[in-house]
Amino acid sequence: MQVDARHRFDNFVVGSANRLAVAAARAVAESPAAVYNPLFIYSGSGLGKTHLMGAIGNHALQRAPTLNIEYVSLDVFVEQLHAAIAGGEAERFKQRYQRVDVLLIDDMQFLTGHRETQTELLRLLNAMQGSGRQIVMSSDRPPAEIADVDERLITRLSGGLIVDIGSPDYETRIAIMRAKCEERGVKFWPGVVEELGRLEFKNVRELQGALNRLIAFQTLGGEQIKPEDVLTVLGDLPEAKLAAAKANNPSAAPGSEFQSFLTDIASAVAQHVDAWKVRTAEAIAYWTGEGYRTTHLERLLQEVVPPPNWESLLRGFGATIERLKALEQKVTEVDPALGGDDVFRDPERLREAEILVDRALAGATPPPGPSSAFTRVGFEVSSSNQLAVRAADDIVVDPGKRYSPLFIHGPSGVGKTHLLNAIGNELVDASGGASAVACVSAQVFMDELIAALQDGTVERWRARYRSADALLIDDVQFVAGKERTQDELFHVFNALHAEAKQLVFCSDRPPHELDGLEERLRSRFEGGLVVEMQSPDRALREKLYARFLAATEHVAQPELLAYLAERPTASVREIIGTVNRLLAAADLAGVPLTLAVVRAELEPDARGARRPTTPAVRAAADTFFLDDEKVVWDWTDVSARVLEELK
Amino acid sequence: MSLVNYATREITCKIVYYGPGRSGKTTNLHYIYGQVPDDRKGKMVSLATQTDRTLFFDFLPLDLGTISGFTTKFQLYTVPGQVYYQTTRKLVLQGADGVVFVADSQARQLEENIESFQDLHANLAEQGIDARAVPLVIQYNKQDLPKDLILTTAELNDALNFRGVPEFGADALHGPGVFETLRSISELVLKRLSSPAK
Repeated sequence: MQVDARHRFDNFVVGSANRLAVAAARAVAESPAAVYNPLFIYSGSGLGKTHLMGAIGNHALQRAPTLNIEYVSLDVFVEQLHAAIAGGEAERFKQRYQRVDVLLIDDMQFLTGHRETQTELLRLLNAMQGSGRQIVMSSDRPPAEIADVDERLITRLSGGLIVDIGSPDYETRIAIMRAKCEERGVKFWPGVVEELGRLEFKNVRELQGALNRLIAFQTLGGEQIKPEDVLTVLGDLPEAKLAAAKANNPSAAPGSEFQSFLTDIASAVAQHVDAWKVRTAEAIAYWTGEGYRTTHLERLLQEVVPPPNWESLLRGFGATIERLKALEQKVTEVDPALGGDDVFRDPERLREAEILVDRALAGATPPPGPSSAFTRVGFEVSSSNQLAVRAADDIVVDPGKRYSPLFIHGPSGVGKTHLLNAIGNELVDASGGASAVACVSAQVFMDELIAALQDGTVERWRARYRSADALLIDDVQFVAGKERTQDELFHVFNALHAEAKQLVFCSDRPPHELDGLEERLRSRFEGGLVVEMQSPDRALREKLYARFLAATEHVAQPELLAYLAERPTASVREIIGTVNRLLAAADLAGVPLTLAVVRAELEPDARGARRPTTPAVRAAADTFFLDDEKVVWDWTDVSARVLEELK
Repeated sequence: MSLVNYATREITCKIVYYGPGRSGKTTNLHYIYGQVPDDRKGKMVSLATQTDRTLFFDFLPLDLGTISGFTTKFQLYTVPGQVYYQTTRKLVLQGADGVVFVADSQARQLEENIESFQDLHANLAEQGIDARAVPLVIQYNKQDLPKDLILTTAELNDALNFRGVPEFGADALHGPGVFETLRSISELVLKRLSSPAK
């Protein structure tokens, strides 16, 4: 609602009964939110509250035309709120009022009983005061006397300055009437206005009514009213007023001297107290009431001269508390027991609060780290895997900067897991052990998520990963088709990537071959570096055999190594299997490992089909199936069978 | 004593009525007390001798209610005027935020006035207070007496008010001048808020 342009300071008659209110209103209009916030004006009906509010609005607007000023009567505010809630636009309602720089609310006495309006208003007041915007309110009674209002709201309303407007005294009444006559262009005989002024009207509206009657009588009757006619013209006035008029002697009623002393003192106090100290003390009272420590502000209050930036200090204090609130809320989601912790009540301990929250969010258990069994030194390089290894080495030098994410794919058993863990270990070592490197298989990642969902600790689980300095996920192909896991992975990915943390994934297939992988993840995986690790080539095989055999008491002859390296192998795992098998065979026979022994073992055709039953095979075999019969030892012509089934 | 306590939102202000014996200090307080509306009335404490002279001091607490968000309380004290109550006078003067010097306008009391005024300065000095820094107002009481018995305010000014502080003629028994004096000293005291004495 717009402010009525007729309500201005220059047409508001100031007398002893409203001097303080006008002074306060002016101060507010001159510099909104700097002095008395909120300003609460109360008085009986018709004494100029609305006029004064309008004057604040108009004056403030005149001084700063860009200000967003809103005048609203409380019942309109209530209606708007109800309509907004009914229309599902409560949020828009809030936003609308939060954009207002100076909010003028009339008729606050209608708050009685409107619980939801009180709540909304409380929130609005907090928001507006917090962001340094002015609120002016008026009512026909002081805040404490408005029935059925939330205690917290009352304290807010009373937190700034409460001023009242009394009934106008004789001089003020005369001044008001003269102003009105001038405005209307009416001239009375001398003494008429004074005669009317002797009647003790309790409010200006009644006085104006009586004046209107005189004006009407004079203009319509075409005859000048004489002072002695005034009472006759007004006729039906209540006895009390007439009696007052008759007995209107100038000697002061008891108490009036004290009252006027009080008024003067009030304006002297208002003039001389330091606004910045008042604001600071208000802030202290407010935040203490909210349960926060205000040591910082109390120190400020001790200053004799206001620090030049006191306003921003106050604002900063409020902002710090907002931050504490946010931190507390965050930590409560993870661990309700930490909610009431003292650090969230002391803005001077913000840093501690942040650390506490970080620690709580990170959870008591850090995410799984890399396995120390896999070292970079123990990883053999050849042309079949050198690209991946080079990328891995680069990552360790400069984590998060070069290839993030690094996506390594290749068939099973070529050393992806080894390389991944090696990267993890190198990262930890490079940081001197300070880095939190999460190294986990997708399966474990998923199981943890499910467990967290079950316990309702997803937030904490998520935070563990988000707090990691690097995230390495093995067998990421398992997330394909798992919606929730992909969703979580997506968010963790984004959070870490945004902070330039290193991400490494391993998979048995390149991203574009992973069916059921969401597009958003796929594109992210491909956005870094995708490298392939191939089955070990001859050079690598030779190195690996040499390494594995060197670890035993057997001496590996060059021709033996050359023989072994020539045999095609799909994976490193197979090489390990072969070595174990050979060692077992040699041990069984009690002979050193020679080319002949190896040949005999590896080329069963030469020695008959006894292989499946040899204890050596059993030792070398995966011990998953202990029963030989469950193991298919010979995959005769698999391709033929597949073709057959296809047909 | 701090006048304004921003933390507890209180303004407390101690005003001492000083002057020679029988000049009307207690009368000032009585008149003020009579004007205070019943709901604001504290208890006026008067420690008077049997002959109705102030023996120790009068104490009138004035609760002015909440002003600009501050609970405002004025404490008005009188000192016993008689010369031999020196110790009490010093005691009462301690921590005063402002002093009203109530002089007796009767011509024959001029010497007592001057003596008491000097006594005031001596007592302030003894407490290490620079008399020029203390808010001070002079009231020439009993101006309602017949003209031939009293000095005019101008004459009294010549004799007493060498510092040119605000001065008021008064008739404390009936009221004129009492609140003017109180208002003036209160405003002086409050003014010191914005320019605190160093």
